[in-house]
Amino acid sequence: MDAIIQFVWQIIMLPVGLIFGGMAERRHFRALEQREAECPVPLDNRKLITKPDNVVHSHMVSGQVVIATDYWKSFLMKLRNLVGGEVKSADRLMQRGRREALMRLREAAQQIGAHEVWNVRLEFSNISMMKGRQGGNMQVEVFAYGTAVKRRGEAAAING
Amino acid sequence: MIVVNTETIPGYEIEQTLGIVQGNTIRAKNVGRDIAASFKNLVGGELKGYTELLTEARREAIERMLAQAQQLGADAVVNVRFTTSAVASGAAELYAYGTAVRLSASPSSAAAPGEGY
Repeated sequence: MDAIIQFVWQIIMLPVGLIFGGMAERRHFRALEQREAECPVPLDNRKLITKPDNVVHSHMVSGQVVIATDYWKSFLMKLRNLVGGEVKSADRLMQRGRREALMRLREAAQQIGAHEVWNVRLEFSNISMMKGRQGGNMQVEVFAYGTAVKRRGEAAAING
Repeated sequence: MIVVNTETIPGYEIEQTLGIVQGNTIRAKNVGRDIAASFKNLVGGELKGYTELLTEARREAIERMLAQAQQLGADAVVNVRFTTSAVASGAAELYAYGTAVRLSASPSSAAAPGEGY
């Protein structure tokens, strides 16, 4: 009985995911593009960048986001599981998570008045597995961290 | 206490390493948040409740790591790394580790003293 209810619920939720999930995704990508263009803090994943003598202050910053698929995307993924190949919907989900986490990292750096972020590292974890629900929606956490540095003799990179 | 995830701190020289310091926390899911998250799941996107939960947990892990560093009399923790692992269904462990060090100001630099983390 439970399985039937679950099945019917999933069928009902498919178009909701397709329409509203798709809308939310497009909105998110547009917002990300704008925020990425506006944020003046560049990222670098090298450990130490030229002339560390100029640095007056360094401090670890981080950005994180937990992001999930909608029912439509989960359905597409399950379908993909049958035939194999690239899972484009999961691809976009990971991109959203990664870009959002990196954006939050840059914003955190901007908030403390840093000029750039060094040694950026990304960390992923699958939350849905932690919840013991492998069959359900995919939920991933993206965690980005790095060392924000302030250089001597330059105005802080704060907008406005 | 200066905390960085680079191996050295610009403007300082590492005088002495005091060994690895670590902090961990294991968090179980929260029923209220789980229900809220499953509603949010209908259209996908960010699950804010979980983002907050994990942010908070990670901060806790960092604080425990810093407490250990303080006990050793460290000035800074360098090369900080994080790991996350599912220890049981419904619970996650967040773990932060780094190297506690004592610093001396580098002669070639006019670096300001590090502010607190």
